[in-house]
Amino acid sequence: MVQSAVRVFDSSAPWKLSGQVSLRDEAFGALAYHHGTRRLVFLKSRELVALVRNLEEFESADEAIDAVVVPAQHQRYVEALSSLFSSEILSGR
Amino acid sequence: MGADFSLRNRFERGLAAPICLTWELTYACNLACTHCLSSSGRRDPMELSTKEAKDLIDEIAAMQIFYINIGGGEPMIRRDFFELIEHAVRQKVGVKFSTNGTRIDEEAAERLAAIDYLDIQISIDGADAATSDRIRGAGSYDQARRAMDNLKAANFGQFKISVVMTRESIEQLDEFEALAASYGAELRLTRLRPSGRGVDVWESLHPTREQNRRLYQWLLDRPNVLTGDSFFHLSALGDPLEGLNLCGAGRVVCLIDPVGEVYACPFVIHDEFKAGNVRDAGFADVWTTSNLFQSLREPGNPGACGSCGSYDACRGGCMAAKFFTGLELTDPDPECVFGHGEAVLEKKRLTIRPTPSPDHSKRVPVAITSR
Ligand code: SF4
Ligand code: SF4
Repeated sequence: MVQSAVRVFDSSAPWKLSGQVSLRDEAFGALAYHHGTRRLVFLKSRELVALVRNLEEFESADEAIDAVVVPAQHQRYVEALSSLFSSEILSGR
Repeated sequence: MGADFSLRNRFERGLAAPICLTWELTYACNLACTHCLSSSGRRDPMELSTKEAKDLIDEIAAMQIFYINIGGGEPMIRRDFFELIEHAVRQKVGVKFSTNGTRIDEEAAERLAAIDYLDIQISIDGADAATSDRIRGAGSYDQARRAMDNLKAANFGQFKISVVMTRESIEQLDEFEALAASYGAELRLTRLRPSGRGVDVWESLHPTREQNRRLYQWLLDRPNVLTGDSFFHLSALGDPLEGLNLCGAGRVVCLIDPVGEVYACPFVIHDEFKAGNVRDAGFADVWTTSNLFQSLREPGNPGACGSCGSYDACRGGCMAAKFFTGLELTDPDPECVFGHGEAVLEKKRLTIRPTPSPDHSKRVPVAITSR
């Protein structure tokens, strides 16, 4: 098998919720299910859910984050998106 | 990976819809496994019709339940089996179904391989015919293997081999691992519970404490082996096993039986855990308004386990295992890793244990055994 280069999440790039993923709102945030990998992922805050749902409307993840949270929280949300990216919940556009 | 306790607390209060919904399509079965959790055999004449089944699938899709676990009985015995699963996956409701494999001939394997969002679990109860057939009946192991061969030949992709851990099968862990590897399949191990006909064999077949300890170590070393969160009672031994580590009954888990009855989980087919019927006002109504489910979502009473240092890891174990062994729900799990459940059971030797309510076993003469 060819080892592909480790892909990192670039928050200055545009992203969207993967078409393979279904999102279901829950009191704590949302459940995301990836139909391809068959994996369930938890989005543990409503802000994160709103952010993920709206990603597509912004030119970059950074802009999308700034629209939802205060600057002090920015880095935390980059990390949250980065972890969703590694679970294949997000895809580039 | 450690368990996330805050999320688990949230889950214990219930979700908008189940994560793990099992739907037993039929009580009809061509095998008669001694540990069958749903006491299957004969078809129930009141089984949901094709139309009712499709309406239920539509409701499941509307509730955004991502996938359903289909079982039985033997689900492939229903003549509309393919029609129903195709109806589900067309709406992006994934299907994971459990089968004894007897109906997966070459043609069925081809058809299954053509369906997206489909997972198949083939059940065996031993890594060789002799061990497996003791539980599942003569010839069943070879038929299951033939189903696996057919799926492989049809390029189905990765299927699952599912094994209930009994005192015998637990001694063959490495053999199961090798068998799964030989097919490129995933291995799935689940817990034997005293549910359905399992109530009759549980005492002689459930793993010993020493076996459970070995199983725990084996699983810790193999996070890729699937368990459906079956063994969280063993998490009391140390690091938590993969999964949510909680009893999800009525909170994240539930069962719809072939006639539309909704139970808290597949292992508690008993009036006491019946929440309603989808034929009344639909499944969503049962899920959100049933008194039983509401009460299961209340913080539980840890009972005797409250003073145990491992309560956070094991939560007192499995409700079904307690109920059908005659324990109180506040007692420790009958397989409590510290032996506390066995001690309570010992004191209750003379209790009359509940028997599962609907029994669809075939009416064959059976030897009277002493319990
Ligand atoms: S006493 Fe209860 S909480 Fe403690 S390990 Fe046993 S079953 Fe689990
Ligand atoms: S009753 Fe047992 S089998 Fe059912 S959800 Fe709870 S722990 Fe799982």
